[in-house]
This record gives sequence, C-alpha cells and structure tokens, in this order.
Amino acid sequence: MKFVEQCPADASADLIYRVCPMHLLEPMELIKDLQPGQVLEILTDYDGALEDIPAWCAKHGQEFVGLCEDEAQEGCYKLYIRKLH
Amino acid sequence: MKTIYMDHAGATPVRPEVLSAMLPYFTEQFGNPSAVYDLGSAVKDAIEEQRAKVAALVGAEAKNIIFTSSGAEANNLAIKGVCLALQHKGRHVIVSGIEHHSVLNAARYLEKFHDFEATFLPVDRYGQVDPERLAKALTPATVLVSIQHASNEIGTVQRLTELTAVCRQAGVLFHTDAIATAGVIPIDVKALGVDLLTINGPALAGPKGIGALYFRRGIRLVPQIHGGIQEDGRRGGTENVPGIIGMGRAAELARHELPERAAYLQKLRDRLITGVLTEVPEVVFTGHPEQRLPGHASFCFEGIEGEALLFMLSRQGIYANTGSACASKALKTSPVLCAIGIRPDLAQGSLVFTFSTTNTEAEVSAVLRELPPAVAKLRSFSPVWRKRAAGGAA
Repeated sequence: MKFVEQCPADASADLIYRVCPMHLLEPMELIKDLQPGQVLEILTDYDGALEDIPAWCAKHGQEFVGLCEDEAQEGCYKLYIRKLH
Repeated sequence: MKTIYMDHAGATPVRPEVLSAMLPYFTEQFGNPSAVYDLGSAVKDAIEEQRAKVAALVGAEAKNIIFTSSGAEANNLAIKGVCLALQHKGRHVIVSGIEHHSVLNAARYLEKFHDFEATFLPVDRYGQVDPERLAKALTPATVLVSIQHASNEIGTVQRLTELTAVCRQAGVLFHTDAIATAGVIPIDVKALGVDLLTINGPALAGPKGIGALYFRRGIRLVPQIHGGIQEDGRRGGTENVPGIIGMGRAAELARHELPERAAYLQKLRDRLITGVLTEVPEVVFTGHPEQRLPGHASFCFEGIEGEALLFMLSRQGIYANTGSACASKALKTSPVLCAIGIRPDLAQGSLVFTFSTTNTEAEVSAVLRELPPAVAKLRSFSPVWRKRAAGGAA
C-alpha cells in the first residue's frame, strides 16, 4: 500500500456511498478529460478500492500516486491517479 | 351519467401522448439498460433523454436527477439518504408538521433507529412555515430541513426562497417535496435555493410507479435501495423503463404547457371558490387565498362530514376528495387541518377539489349546482348542525 499526504489534484470523483464498481467506472470516464500529467482524486468509502484502483492503474499504464485517509470523514479514503497517456 | 373528476391530486389519467411513448418499451424496446448490446444501450440512451427532460422541468442538469419508484421513495432517499450520510456532523432533522407521511415517517424512522432528533415545525393559519421560526429551530446538529413546496390538502404554496435563505446562511441542506407543484407552477431549483427536490410521475399526468429526486452536485446520499450500479450507483434495481419514458414525456409536455395550463386552472379554481362561498352558508375556505396552487380549492363545511358529502356527490358523478380520512371506526382529524387551527368537528367537513385541463367551466357549473343542495340535505339530518342552528355550537 502506497501512502501519501494530501496531494494536489486537478479533478475529483466523489464516490462515497456509491456502490461497487462505481469506484472504477466513474474514474475511467473522468480520466479521459484530463491531460497527461494531471492528477485525479478519488474519494471512496469502499475498502476494495484500495486494491482495485492500484491494480487498474498497473493494468492500464496510469500512475497510482498513493492514498491517504480522509480526515473529514472516518472510514473514507482519498486515492490519487496521475494520467500518463 | 357523465363523470366529473376533480381529484387530480389523488390520481390523474395518463395522457394519450404519454401512453403512446411508453408502449414500445413494454414490447420491442424491452432490453435491459445495463446490457452492453444495442438492444440495451438504445434503452439506456432513451432513459438519459428522459432524465434531461425531467431535469429541464425544474431547471436542473440531467446528471443531478435520480429516478425512483415514486415520490414517496424520492422523499425517503432525500431524508434518510442525506441524514445518514451526514450523521457524523449532527443528528437533527427539521420537517414541517404538514408534510406527506413519506417525509414525516422518514423523520420518525431516523429518530427511532438512528438516534436522530426530529423537529416538526408548526405552521400558521394558512399552512405556511415562518422563516424566523425555522431559524430558531436550527441547532448546530441540524443537517437537513425538509419543507414541502405546496400542500395537496389545502393548496398553500410555501414562501420557499425565504426558507431556503435561512438554511443557506446556516449551512444546512434543504429538501422540498414538490409533488404538488412540479409541472403546475414554474420551478427553478437554483432560484428556489433548494438542495434536493422531489417530483412524482403521476402528478404530471404520467404513469404511477415512477418518481424522481433532484440533488445538488456534491451532495452525498446513502442509497436506500441497495443493488447494482443503476442511477450511477445511488439507487439499485433494474430501471422501470416504461415508467421513466412516460415521466419524461409527461415532464416535457408539462413544461411547454405550464403557463397556459396554470391560467386555465386558476380560472376554474376561482370560479368554484367564489361560487361555493356565495352559494353555501357556513363554509370555511382553507389554505392561503393567494399563495396557492392554481388548480386547488379546499373547504370545510360546518355540521357535516366530508365523507358523507363525497358519497352524495359521487352519486351525481362528481368525484372530489376529503382531507379527513375515516380510519377504522373512529373519525380521525386531518393533521394538516389541525395544524392550521381548524376545529376538529369542522375538519370533519373537509372537501378538496383538484383540477386538470380536462375539467371545464361547465363542470364547475355542475358542481355549483349539485353541491349546495347536497350540503343542505346532509345538514337537514345532522344533529351537529341542528345544535349549531339552535345556537348551541362552539
């Protein structure tokens, strides 16, 4: 698990309380609108995202920057993806 | 005998244009919207078109509309969904005392099962919530206020912008049940300042079994129907496709026809109100005289029961409704009429007329012809009325 402090992001996807696999489907759509080098922040309360999102990045050639706990809400996480292509 | 139907708040026939739009989605366009093949994706596209039409009716964007099975479910999703999402910030919800049961009971559910405190705000004699009273009811723990846009029982429209301004200043989310007003009076969610708004398909002359919730971007909702990724993961369950198609078409028609429709209904309403108040003695008009729904007229008749009056009128082919429901053998007083200060015995004589554009001036004339003798006949054998006539009434 790769942890980071709060990371500046160019776009954010709020997926808290949204069911699986929205934590993959919505970021896949949103990242299309970003430029290479830009960062997408994903807010989620779904534990499975902690494995799924790094795995998705590895499979699709995007950079998984890291994750941190969301201090604003217990049990929620922020994950960061940098678009490479 | 010709039927005169004036209970459109209770149920409205589906418009032929709406039904014809729906029909293909029962048969040839039957695909599951979640399926990836064309038969499914074409249906998914059609759903998204309807979402845009419903959004346009209330000045919203399509992505901020969730389809539900009813207005009641949309109210539940708004109240329980928001309160549960924000319970880490506070556990206090405020609703008005004259809300629909889907709002009142959702608030009571939160009290009973999730340790919330619910405040049921009183209303004035017209059924309106005082913004100052709302401001005083807010606490640091308040996470949501839900106040209806208008009452289907007394026709009163709330001064919503004043109420939403109070909540915005306090940083509290505001939901409104707009079932009585969507498609009836203009609605713009941004101008009203609401964060969530409920719409119902049947109220637009669409089919039953379909409703929608508008939610402002950024608002989190805990799903109340757990399932798949339908409605972007906010409401599970395979979509009621014909229902959604019907609601979208009904919303489209309602939006285009709204100004003319409102003017027409207001004319019928005002003629009925004037006629009843002129022709029938000892009758009380309920709700706000000006800030009210254009197609809504409501009264309480002294000395009689509304249920009996409904029965008498129905024998003449006239269908209306009453605010006081006869539950079991005990006559229960309408909580709405009680909240606006109507005496319990007077509340028993409640009668509500709600129009649509299928009603005519001639039908209003017929009601004005049949109603006064029906009231007089019921009073002739009413002990309450005789006592009142003898000067013994309160």
